[in-house]
Amino acid sequence: MNRRIFVLALALTPWMRTARADAMHDAMSAVLKGATPREGRVKIDLPPLVENGNTVPFSVSVESPMTERDHVRSIHVFNEKNPQPNIGDFFLGPRAGRAAVSTRIRLADTQTVVALAQMSDGSWWSGSANVVVTIAACTETV
Amino acid sequence: MAARALLRVPQRAKRGEVIEIRALISHIMETGFRHSERGASIARDIITDFRCTYNGAEIFRARFYPAIAANPFITFTTIATESGTLRFEWSGDNEFTASESAAISVE
Repeated sequence: MNRRIFVLALALTPWMRTARADAMHDAMSAVLKGATPREGRVKIDLPPLVENGNTVPFSVSVESPMTERDHVRSIHVFNEKNPQPNIGDFFLGPRAGRAAVSTRIRLADTQTVVALAQMSDGSWWSGSANVVVTIAACTETV
Repeated sequence: MAARALLRVPQRAKRGEVIEIRALISHIMETGFRHSERGASIARDIITDFRCTYNGAEIFRARFYPAIAANPFITFTTIATESGTLRFEWSGDNEFTASESAAISVE
């Protein structure tokens, strides 16, 4: 590789990385509306190694008594490296009994998945999981 | 196109019991980020909203993005409060709508 191109590539790599992480950060800010989440109470279950990113089993649960006075209002899930930072928003309440949701998601790359949960008192909590993806989803040709 | 929905709701439950509900619907969930071999981009076609009501009252709602896998599958819980009907509604791009119901008897 030509030295000039190499230097340019080196300079661009961290910029590209932060651009995507920024998209996730912005999507999270839009949901948090100025609130600061505390780490904990939110648990993500994802396989640590995924062979096919097109369909990845995903579960999120939140520690909460799920009573009328103290429950989870919503759970919002984000990713770092898909073309779009949002995965899903889930709205529940005391009638859920448990704060646990499962689905199947797409992951375009090895990355971190973050979940934010808002409690009935307005507080926000967060949890994250890292996942290694060997075959990416989303952007292939058909 | 008629979408096929599959539900798993217990037919019987004890009052106050937390029951698990599973709902799956057939749908391509085209992300809008893919291209054909000729380079043309393929338009987004996803289910964006899912809602479950229990005798008319909303108990669970979800918003989906392209990162939800094809044939969206969702598992959640609710407290069995009374006998009646659980109704599931999906809606999305290209005026997609689908609904399905399941009966539950609570003792």
